Amino acid sequence: MNIFVDSAGPLLEALGTTVMMAVIAGVAAIVLGTVVTAARISPIPVLRGLAFAYVQFFVNVPLLVLLILAVFALPDAGLLLPLTPTAIIVLALYEAAYVAEAIRSGVNTVGTGQIEASRALGFTLVQSLRLVVVPQALRAAVQPIGNVMIALTMNTALAAAVGVVELTSEANKLNLVEAQPILIFTVAGLIYMALALVIGLGAGRIEKRVAIKR
Amino acid sequence: MASSSTGTSTPAGTATAMVQLTDVQKHFGSHHVLKDVSLTIAAREVVVVVGPSGSGKSTLCRCINRLETITSGTIAVDGVDLPAEGRALAKLRAEVGMVFQSFNLFAHRTILDNVTLAPITVLGRSRKDARAEGLALLERVGIADKADHFPAQLSGGQQQRAAIARALAMKPKVMLFDEPTSALDPEMVSEVLDVMTSLAGDGMTMVVVTHEMGFARRAADRVIFMDDGRIVEEDTPADFFDHASSPRAQAFLSKILPH
Repeated sequence: MNIFVDSAGPLLEALGTTVMMAVIAGVAAIVLGTVVTAARISPIPVLRGLAFAYVQFFVNVPLLVLLILAVFALPDAGLLLPLTPTAIIVLALYEAAYVAEAIRSGVNTVGTGQIEASRALGFTLVQSLRLVVVPQALRAAVQPIGNVMIALTMNTALAAAVGVVELTSEANKLNLVEAQPILIFTVAGLIYMALALVIGLGAGRIEKRVAIKR
Repeated sequence: MASSSTGTSTPAGTATAMVQLTDVQKHFGSHHVLKDVSLTIAAREVVVVVGPSGSGKSTLCRCINRLETITSGTIAVDGVDLPAEGRALAKLRAEVGMVFQSFNLFAHRTILDNVTLAPITVLGRSRKDARAEGLALLERVGIADKADHFPAQLSGGQQQRAAIARALAMKPKVMLFDEPTSALDPEMVSEVLDVMTSLAGDGMTMVVVTHEMGFARRAADRVIFMDDGRIVEEDTPADFFDHASSPRAQAFLSKILPH
């Protein structure tokens, strides 16, 4: 256990980086995913097409490929950002596609009858989306979005591959010095599990809180 | 019916026409659901539309606020032709109340919120005024004690009365009822019909698609009988029920009246 005490500082800092990446990319993915869904169900064909293409692209390209492209190809194109922000942006763009799919499944739970009722009352399309469809779709999508957030947190580990010093990268570094892979990566794994548990429990609580009374 | 009204201006002869359908045709794919439908509904008139299922009566009702688009012909509400989808149509829909078979209350909002949402959002009423009027309407339909409940906590009859209050909150010029009691348990039908009857008594212009012949007799000024997409017969309730002239209406009545 000594090895963890001795390197507690860097490890905690790395854990902080992991959590920070997950939180910022998570919030951004939820916002962006909502926008993508709105475009996807809008009556404007161009927007629908773009949103569809967005989701298809990010769902069908591996995250590691995207990370490597962003870290090595973007600087070539003249866009030079620090590593961690680059990874956060890629994570947010990537997971937004999954968030959009989760919300879209929520949209499908809102009956067409309620949408017709809102149109019959004189709501514009935007009002009907904002007041009737989206609030109910988000409620139904809480648990699926929670699962996307757990996946996102696990996916932050891939940032280690492009040089971001987060939990997995720091564990790897520690292992190079101590050569105790089983112990070190088991502990790292348990920490990821704890993070997933926190997100899962949080999603469960939010779901109960916003549930529609029956 | 021979007059060639232009729709946008109110012709002298039909000064009180609230809803006017002229030569309306409607297709669902190759299925011709409304055939040559022309109908003028006066202000304060209560028109009950009856007919066998699949006769096009629900479609007729849904065309009046353009929830269904028509293939050809014109539909005007209070002298204004139905605009294409957009703000103008939203504005017109705000003046036409609609009550659905399946209530369609907003599941995530309380009953009072359901009633106040459109007045606040669409008409720009203050929250305070909208709530006061909403409560008065819930009082009128007899469910003021359910104001803070959610739709799923109410019985079907209570939900439908809430839906009527929601439509009335917009102070509509005309109310459309699309089989409002068809999804209700039998013991809840009368509580909804009572509200509708009182509304008719207050002079609301109403188009009611229903199978409730008792209501038609009691509240209708005119009964329209539809079959196979056409208006086959229109008459006062007394004449329609006691001596319908067309064989199809007679056959329809003989099937439903004994129950």
